[in-house]
Amino acid sequence: MAIIERPSAVPATVGPAGGVSAFVTPSKALGSYRRPVSTTGWKSWVFTVDHKKLGIMYGAVSLFFFLVGGCEALLIRLQLAAPDNTVLSAGLYNEMFTMHATTMIFLFVMPMAAAFANYFLPLQVGARDVAFPRINAFGFWLFLFGGIFLNTSWILGGAADGGWFMYSPNSSALFSPSHGVDFWVLGLQLTGIASLVGAINLIVTVLNMRAPGMKMMRLPVFSWMVLVVQFLLLFALPVITVALFLLSFQRNFGATFFDVNQGADPLLWQHLFWIFGHPEVYIIILPSFGIISEVLPTFARKPLFGYKFVVFSGVAIGFVGWGVWAHHMFASGLGPVTVAVFSVATMLIAIPTGVKIVNWTLTLWGGKLWYTTSMMFAIGVIVLFTIGGLSGVTHAVAPSDTQQTDTYYIVAHFHYVIVGGAVMGLFAGFYYWWPKVFNRLLNERLGRWNFWLMFFGVNLTFGPMHILGLQGQPRRMVVWPSKLTGQGFFNLAFWNKVSTVGSFVLALGVLVFVINIVYVWKKAVPAPLDPWDARTLEWMTASPPKEHNFDAVPTVHSLDEFFHRKYEEVDGEHGPKLVKVKTAEEIMAEQVANADTHIHLPSPSYWPIILAFAFPIIAYGVIFNRVLCVIGAAVLLLAIFGWALEPSVADDSDYDPPADGGESTKELASIV
Amino acid sequence: MSDIAVHDVPPAHDDTTAGHGADHGAGHGAHATATGLSNNKLAMWLFLGSECLLFGGLISTYMLYRGRHGRGPGPDQIFDIPLTSVSSFVLLMSSLTMVLAVNSAKREDYRNTNLWLVITALLGSLFVGGQVYEFTAFYHEGLGFTTSLFGSSFFTLTGFHGVHVTIGVIMLLSLALMLSRGRVTGDKAEVVEMIGLYWHFVDVVWVIIFTLVYLIPS
Repeated sequence: MAIIERPSAVPATVGPAGGVSAFVTPSKALGSYRRPVSTTGWKSWVFTVDHKKLGIMYGAVSLFFFLVGGCEALLIRLQLAAPDNTVLSAGLYNEMFTMHATTMIFLFVMPMAAAFANYFLPLQVGARDVAFPRINAFGFWLFLFGGIFLNTSWILGGAADGGWFMYSPNSSALFSPSHGVDFWVLGLQLTGIASLVGAINLIVTVLNMRAPGMKMMRLPVFSWMVLVVQFLLLFALPVITVALFLLSFQRNFGATFFDVNQGADPLLWQHLFWIFGHPEVYIIILPSFGIISEVLPTFARKPLFGYKFVVFSGVAIGFVGWGVWAHHMFASGLGPVTVAVFSVATMLIAIPTGVKIVNWTLTLWGGKLWYTTSMMFAIGVIVLFTIGGLSGVTHAVAPSDTQQTDTYYIVAHFHYVIVGGAVMGLFAGFYYWWPKVFNRLLNERLGRWNFWLMFFGVNLTFGPMHILGLQGQPRRMVVWPSKLTGQGFFNLAFWNKVSTVGSFVLALGVLVFVINIVYVWKKAVPAPLDPWDARTLEWMTASPPKEHNFDAVPTVHSLDEFFHRKYEEVDGEHGPKLVKVKTAEEIMAEQVANADTHIHLPSPSYWPIILAFAFPIIAYGVIFNRVLCVIGAAVLLLAIFGWALEPSVADDSDYDPPADGGESTKELASIV
Repeated sequence: MSDIAVHDVPPAHDDTTAGHGADHGAGHGAHATATGLSNNKLAMWLFLGSECLLFGGLISTYMLYRGRHGRGPGPDQIFDIPLTSVSSFVLLMSSLTMVLAVNSAKREDYRNTNLWLVITALLGSLFVGGQVYEFTAFYHEGLGFTTSLFGSSFFTLTGFHGVHVTIGVIMLLSLALMLSRGRVTGDKAEVVEMIGLYWHFVDVVWVIIFTLVYLIPS
């Protein structure tokens, strides 16, 4: 929104928008409507295209879905706390674990990573917004509507019940007659489109919108990892899209893709799903790797050890991640050669991952460690991810994996890497960047409680699952019978109880986090400008950043640019040492003094939310009534044409004249 | 696609682009990008990269199932190769007219741009018409969407391609209309070129589909 112009800078007709308005009057692009111009109130959020507002909204919605998915997990653990338990019926239990996984992966971890990426990627590369701000807004709304659509299945005949990988033919209408699977398929299509447009947007932003001097090898590691993730999304999503279409056509239009009576190959779904599903694993974990690669150097007060190795091992994970999908299918009878190839490839991918672990550890080595909550979460990631990684290596060994398949051992493994790796990494990010986004430091005392409760919670919940799995408790079974409980140290009853208690400890940790948010919001103490003595560009601006991010787009001279502006190397008694030459406030003052004139930011728009709204209408139509499809398609067409006809930067006439009667009608925010 | 001038641009740049900016393809306002490629074009290439895997998945499904037609008609009994060759030729020729449209747009000759865009759209529609005819004929010969694995995967693959062509036709006609009404903002030649990229991609995919589905005997 904030289009900032210094009235004296240049005549109003010259400027980036000048060439546009030469042959079209933007405000009249579609007849007589006016653009949204609110800078306050709900409209400023609903019609915004500002990457920071969208990032916050992504975060808030994902956090909500995290709590939803968490409650589902607690219900699952309650059901499994005792033998032959009856908390959930068998059908409801199936729905619960399917929706728990789907919610946590597609509606929490992925969009939460998108929240961080949206907010910090443009800041870290020194840009004023993403490359396609309206598409960014569209992606958010479509994700939100997709998530809501998916969860309305609970009240419209039951949720999906086929497990998160929805294997065929189990997911056909014969075995899963409710509309749950239809909701699941269409809901994932919607969030998939949202992720796809987001991926294109962010790739273009990283590649094209970097500030002067921001070479690729000067990009912060978080930006690098986000870039790799977006490429994974770009190429993995269309494959799941195909699989979802095939399933949808089978369930809704009578196609035969997974009909074994017709000679269908049940492995088709598995291949398509896991060609998406394995890159998805790295889509989940790499943003968190990026976050802790920012957090660890900051709080170790050392540059990241082996920046290039960390970057390239991330890229290598991105590449090799495409060649390991069949290790999810070792038990399906692929044949010895295939199994051997995928087994070796899977072991291979442990190498770049190991490189990262080593580099993080060596970043800590010899550093002046500052144990903030963020730092503790980051160290927690190293520890817990390594444990999850080790059990992962045991899956790579095909004969051992055959024993582990479909047992709780698998559940233990992927929860260690997802909760211990990805989620803890996101929490490191919350504590690290909260002062940047909200100008409030999260409380460190509550933070300690948050960390230790979560850390013990993870180990108590998922640690015993290794034992349960190796004792043969299958995953996705609604009960474990008391006669199979076993005796002694390895009996199922004890470890299932421990796991359930652990899940509530974990939940308590999350609750402390929510309390922390409310507490610092009520207390309203502003945070210092640079509370962590941070290293990267996003800290070289106000907290929260102004709408245009940087008063002056910085010119980048080195990796960790902000740090090098604050510190200089001088010769000391024992060799060179770093001396602080400038404070963050002084650097900010320089920015303000040299502020750019003539900053044009994208204007808000009605179309992204309208376009996104068309999709759930169509999706409901596919399930319930084809008339809705027609209505949805009409809205879709209208929105696309409205969008295409609307120039991305608003015309002067769309703004109210400024109160001070100045020359420029675009002056909506002050630059100083 | 929208492209925003979010960089700070000195006014001097604008004077150069206002005079003659189209050939440089740097987008309106000529805000320099870090790679030198325009945001819009880069985004279109990325989108097409993603589309490759979409069609990759559909083609793999078809290749897996093309021999599995049960008691229904199989590929060898049903394809009318001369007819499909003609419609393939029509689609390939539309790539040529698309090139001519892009070329005219680069010369800022928007009359001819419009002409070639409309001809491209007509050729595309002809192809889609051929596909509708072919689908109807197959249906009457006993190959429906639900008949067999071959039927489902054939109609899904070629149907997806047909939808892509149809969307392309809509884009071409909309672009021609918007150009003639002066509604295209920014670098017009680049907009034409981007839709051209999409169009050529859809053509190339058809070459692969035609070869794998129709020409190679099962």
